[in-house]
Amino acid sequence: MFDFGIWTKWFNDLLVGCMPEWLAILIECVVIAVLVLLTYTVLALFYILYERKLCAWFQCRLGPMRVGKWGLLQVFADMFKILVKELISLKGTDRFLFKLAPYLVITSSVVMLACLPWGRGLQIINYNIGIFFILAVSSVGVLGILLAGWSSNNKYTLIGAMRSGAQMISYEISLGLALITIVVFAGTMNISELVYEQEKAWFLFRGHIPAIIAFLIYIVAATAETNRGPFDLPEAEHELIAGYHTEYSGIHFGFFYLAEYLNLFIVSGIASLMFLGGWMPLHIPGWDGFNAVMNWIPSIVWFLGKAFFISFVIIWFKWTFPRVRIDQMLAFEWKYLMPLSLANLLLMAVFVALGWHF
Amino acid sequence: MNLLLEIGNNTLAVTATLTGIGLVFAALLIAKLISPKSYSVKKSETYECGIPTRGESMIQFKAGYYIFAILFLIFDVETVFLYPWAVVTRGMGPKGLLCIGIFMFVLIMGLAYAWRKGALKWK
Repeated sequence: MFDFGIWTKWFNDLLVGCMPEWLAILIECVVIAVLVLLTYTVLALFYILYERKLCAWFQCRLGPMRVGKWGLLQVFADMFKILVKELISLKGTDRFLFKLAPYLVITSSVVMLACLPWGRGLQIINYNIGIFFILAVSSVGVLGILLAGWSSNNKYTLIGAMRSGAQMISYEISLGLALITIVVFAGTMNISELVYEQEKAWFLFRGHIPAIIAFLIYIVAATAETNRGPFDLPEAEHELIAGYHTEYSGIHFGFFYLAEYLNLFIVSGIASLMFLGGWMPLHIPGWDGFNAVMNWIPSIVWFLGKAFFISFVIIWFKWTFPRVRIDQMLAFEWKYLMPLSLANLLLMAVFVALGWHF
Repeated sequence: MNLLLEIGNNTLAVTATLTGIGLVFAALLIAKLISPKSYSVKKSETYECGIPTRGESMIQFKAGYYIFAILFLIFDVETVFLYPWAVVTRGMGPKGLLCIGIFMFVLIMGLAYAWRKGALKWK
């Protein structure tokens, strides 16, 4: 399988060979920043089109068709339109917090994006506490949403932000416990080590019963974390105008929009890393010919394919289930999902202690 | 395995943070340069479906959310304690299982107490 580390090593040797070390590191950091920025924008644009098209197909429509072939250029037109809209400054807002909120939301999603490995040798930040670091950074995004709702000086945004805060912090516990279940199994929190552990078979198959339960819990909790699907109370259009970002206009609103789609990609990416083997191909022990064919597909295709598939499932939820009430949502988390994920964690610990896994 | 083997993780994390800040800053700058500006009293008013807003909006708010925030604090700190256990438990065998069993038992009793007292009920 192709190792992207060859390219980066070649680039690094080239730079170190002709300039002092600090300058080489500076240039590499700038290159990384540009790459992350490009990835972020391209992914956000892709996801906007992906969701619009899927949403249309679920409702037996065609979706955007006029701008470009099959409406492919529609997202560029939308982004440009958002960029040229006026930034309205409102009466009675807390100006500092109002402007701070998009910074927090976007920065947290950019840092999380930089933690994901895209292929063999294609990872930027690789802490030994990787998965814990991602969860810690994701909490900063909640802060941004709360600040946005509070500082807008609007009662609907306040309700939206409070709902969003309650929802995201509640489901974060189940999300964390589902991930801990896999950490118990793998014995490491380093993301690239987690991926290498799955070389023989994915964790979903190796951990069988507890891993599958954890995967289902993770998908539900991730849907709630991204404020989507049946859990879209923070922006329930019929009740709250647009939720916490009602008062934001132009590109200010665009930031929340971008971060929402990127968070969808990030939770799908983490699901594919922790349960479906990240960029590792599908390997079945013993089937050498099959494994060789699977190895032939590039690692980046595996990672993106899995992430897009899980995003597809999460988008599918949205058009299948009706929206839940806030008391139902909180009761579901605290009375069913969390006790279940605690029990599942203990089950996994027992399975690991007794060696009942592959 | 890092993207670039020579750079430390902290430098990369700072780079990513600065990238995020730079993205917002640059986009805002472009938007300020090319977007139109106009001012009117009506436009700068709070939008609550066209009805004039009544009273302050930054008010003391429903206590229900507050109870869930406290519960979250307890269980989130619990998750933080579970991570180091999760990493080493493979090598510990039944002893690690027993230790975490006692820890979880205390916490589940706490959840049961909160449930019984009606803290999980939305009022």
